[in-house]
Amino acid sequence: MATIVEQQPGEIKEAAPVQGARPRSSYWPFVVPAVAVVGSVIVFPWVFTVWMSLHEWTVGGARRFAGLSNYARLVSDERFLTSVIHTFIYTFLAVVLPLILGTLAALVFNSRLPLRGILRGLFIMPMMATPVAIALVWTMMFHPQLGVLNYLLSLIGIGPQAWVFNPSTVIPSLVLVETWQWTPLVMLIVLGGLAAIPSEPYESAAIDGASAVQRFRYITLPMIAPFLMVAVIIRTIDALKSFDIIYAITQGGPGTASETINLYLYSVAFAYYDVGYGSAIAVVFFAIVIALSLLMLHLRQRTKWTDVQGGA
Amino acid sequence: MTSRRILNSLGMLFAGVVLVSPAILFFLWMLSLSLKFEVDNAAYPPILIPERFAWKNYTGVFEANRFGLFFLNSLIVTGAATGLALLIGVPAGYGIARMRATKAAIVVLIARMTPGLSYLIPLFLLFQWLGLMGTLVPQIIAHLVITVPIVIWIMIGYFETTPLELEEAAVIDGANRWDVFRYVALPIAKPGITVAFILAVIFSWNNFVFGVVLAGRETRTLPVAVYNMLSFEQLSWGPLAAAALIVTLPVLVLTVIAQRQIVAGLTAGAVKGG
Repeated sequence: MATIVEQQPGEIKEAAPVQGARPRSSYWPFVVPAVAVVGSVIVFPWVFTVWMSLHEWTVGGARRFAGLSNYARLVSDERFLTSVIHTFIYTFLAVVLPLILGTLAALVFNSRLPLRGILRGLFIMPMMATPVAIALVWTMMFHPQLGVLNYLLSLIGIGPQAWVFNPSTVIPSLVLVETWQWTPLVMLIVLGGLAAIPSEPYESAAIDGASAVQRFRYITLPMIAPFLMVAVIIRTIDALKSFDIIYAITQGGPGTASETINLYLYSVAFAYYDVGYGSAIAVVFFAIVIALSLLMLHLRQRTKWTDVQGGA
Repeated sequence: MTSRRILNSLGMLFAGVVLVSPAILFFLWMLSLSLKFEVDNAAYPPILIPERFAWKNYTGVFEANRFGLFFLNSLIVTGAATGLALLIGVPAGYGIARMRATKAAIVVLIARMTPGLSYLIPLFLLFQWLGLMGTLVPQIIAHLVITVPIVIWIMIGYFETTPLELEEAAVIDGANRWDVFRYVALPIAKPGITVAFILAVIFSWNNFVFGVVLAGRETRTLPVAVYNMLSFEQLSWGPLAAAALIVTLPVLVLTVIAQRQIVAGLTAGAVKGG
């Protein structure tokens, strides 16, 4: 353990004699261009959005300071509140399903699988493919009369569904696309966790006569818990922000049945050009994403801690 | 024992094939749709392999829908946004890693969490005010929002793991900071730069939301162009599927060629654009 600590690159650097000759500040010139770019295309928009959210401002119209009235408007805007509910339902499903399927897939890919490289390459294709292109093909597959999905259902004796054309099935249908696309990312993250598990616990479990289910429950699951948490955090952020698939397939419809915060934000800002109110939505949306991420980072630290406890 | 092992690996192979089948069947169906005439696409039960192929779906996409121009637009936007990001982000990743300024990485992380749309309102107004709408410049700048964080994030991780001894030896030999970076750190970091390049290209190429707001009639990138086809040609599936395949084919080919780098990059940084 002590040797590992000594070998950390930072330790070596502290001890190196050249440290004095190269103060950390001497690396500033490398960072300055990036600071300028990040400042102007990332940080400036953040600040400007907050400023705009305090104004009544429609593109082409006059700008008037409005204090927090845009935020007050949000609280009583039923379309906004509904979009928040849609976002949470969508996100919950689009985190849980890829998490379960991705973990199962990682278990398969972690075993002695013939043709592993080729199969893994095929498996990750959905998440690298262009979302809009994918969405168009799914739209055709969802078609109630001509779509291939209803044909496939009929083969196993299930009647035709309206998929994205029915308000009550539209969100699950979109989640199906999202799950198809992003299960591979969960698989890759969990696979990284499985690769790091030493073989000793399994060997002693085998001696003790533990079943496969017990080995998974008491060895694998606790060991990969931190990786599952990373997958949950990343999936949550991405699902909250999901835009391309929903916009391309339903545009938030039918009616507003699949309108998430992101979709509503788009309509307000770029269809109604109400940039003041749109900015207020953007700020609240950003706050929700950050708050959920921080909450889960906090939980992640807790899981790590309990892992240590469980292992000791 | 050996026969049991063969059975075991056959079982695993079966499980593996089941896992990849949704992906394979989807892309096969996409290919099938793109090669069929309208009659065959409207047939029930659906036809997977048609008797005659509608190659005109592909030629039509380029002739009637100006996909040549949009392909060029995509190439310019992705090329410029990735090139600039590497130019800025690789030295920045080096600087941040050597200064061990982990707090700087938090800005990159928050940038990744921010919904792409929330950058667009201020950028849209800014580009309008500057009179840049109608050119490709707004899209190139907006795509930096995706590519710069990806490159910085991956390069920080990469430079943190490269050994310092060589750089220190070069300093003792009298090299200045820039030379050390250019002739010592950069060559070692080539695999990391490749990973950053590939992921930046893919996520920039795939980006839709910036184009849908910032692109005009002449400045559409491919994802926007294919989406616009949907509104005008809702009923002709063949050309639509052909266009969708053309848009995503470069990325799929890159995925197959550079699978190793993509997996390394995604699991290290777990980044995604937009």
